[in-house]
Amino acid sequence: MNSTFLQSLRIMGVGMLGIFVVTIVLIAAMVILTKIFPAGKEKKEKDSREN
Amino acid sequence: MSEIASLFSNFANITWQEAVMWIIGGVLIYLGIKKKMEPTLLVPMGFGAILVNLPLSGAVTQGSEVGVLDLLFNTTIANEVLLMLLFIGIGAMCDFTPLLSCPRMMLFGAAAQFGIFFTISLATALGFSLQDAASIGIIGAADGPTSIFVGSYYNTKYLGAIIVAAYSYMALVPIIQPPVIRAITTKKERMIRMPYNTNHVSKTAKILFPIIVTAIAGIVAPKSVALIGFLMFGNLIRECGVLDSLSDTAQNVLPNLVTLLLGIVVASQMKAENFLTVQTIMIIALGLVAFIMDTVGGVLFAKIMNLFTPKNKINPMIGAAGISAFPMSARVVNQMALDEDPTNIILMHAIGANVSGQIASVLAGGIILSLVPKL
Repeated sequence: MNSTFLQSLRIMGVGMLGIFVVTIVLIAAMVILTKIFPAGKEKKEKDSREN
Repeated sequence: MSEIASLFSNFANITWQEAVMWIIGGVLIYLGIKKKMEPTLLVPMGFGAILVNLPLSGAVTQGSEVGVLDLLFNTTIANEVLLMLLFIGIGAMCDFTPLLSCPRMMLFGAAAQFGIFFTISLATALGFSLQDAASIGIIGAADGPTSIFVGSYYNTKYLGAIIVAAYSYMALVPIIQPPVIRAITTKKERMIRMPYNTNHVSKTAKILFPIIVTAIAGIVAPKSVALIGFLMFGNLIRECGVLDSLSDTAQNVLPNLVTLLLGIVVASQMKAENFLTVQTIMIIALGLVAFIMDTVGGVLFAKIMNLFTPKNKINPMIGAAGISAFPMSARVVNQMALDEDPTNIILMHAIGANVSGQIASVLAGGIILSLVPKL
């Protein structure tokens, strides 16, 4: 078992973990974004400006 | 008479390796034109492969005489300038609305990067250095510019083979993915319906999204800032609503201009002495493994998620759309669902997973740059 292969296994573990961690943070950010700025609210504001 | 003979003396310099490269170039041109496989890249690359493999070709550096293709490669690709411009175009073309309406689809983008890391390990087991293995594994990003970016960063001598593999397999997604998906899913799973709630997304959310993604990805993996930042900058131009002409240029003129140069300049790396090696065949095979394992990773992740959410099941084929080959992968998955049940439309979910794959593949590229040291 060469050391480069073992190093690549560590990279696989850390890399996939890193992607999932960032992904979960991004999902949280997306949920918060769509809650703080819902489409309905913007539409209502646009309608009231037009009226 | 001897002057006329000297005009043809270069014929004596033709080697069989160069002749093989002409055939390879011809095949790439054929695939691009006749089979419509990524013609914007394969046609210039095929022509370039012939151009650089003519004996004593003036297009590439010969001794002290600098060739124009080598010059362009060093000034536009080796320093990543051209690729960054292309990322602006890709970002401007991406609509993240399906992802914002169903954020959990982002998980499939992450899971479908498994092929990259699996292939890196496999390549090291086959004797490639870690830097070359990283450049080969990134073929699994199913994203040509990211592959070129990572390969150029590590200055790998296999760049030509990596690019040919990356773009060829992207074009072959409709052939590669369906048998893999069928092999690891049941008909019942492929028929799972997923109701799509048309959650409208506000313009403010769409504008803030690229900024937030850049900030988060940049803090976690600083080396990904250039990649993800330019991608998201392009998306911001698209979504802000006040830069329509820039957005139009970024979506059409800019990618066309960059691609025009990219294919032929990249071909400068397809010189016979670098390309006709056993390693090239290994890279082509490893690229296929990367695409297969990406698909397996995405599908299996969806199946695992279904174990925890039995009331809100996901069609596991959606996981396969998490690879970045946009929008081909989403179309393939949707078509497979329609083949099983003509009334089952999962296109919007698949597109959500597919655009998330675009972000995740760039992120994976950035994480690799952080984890694998440059020599």
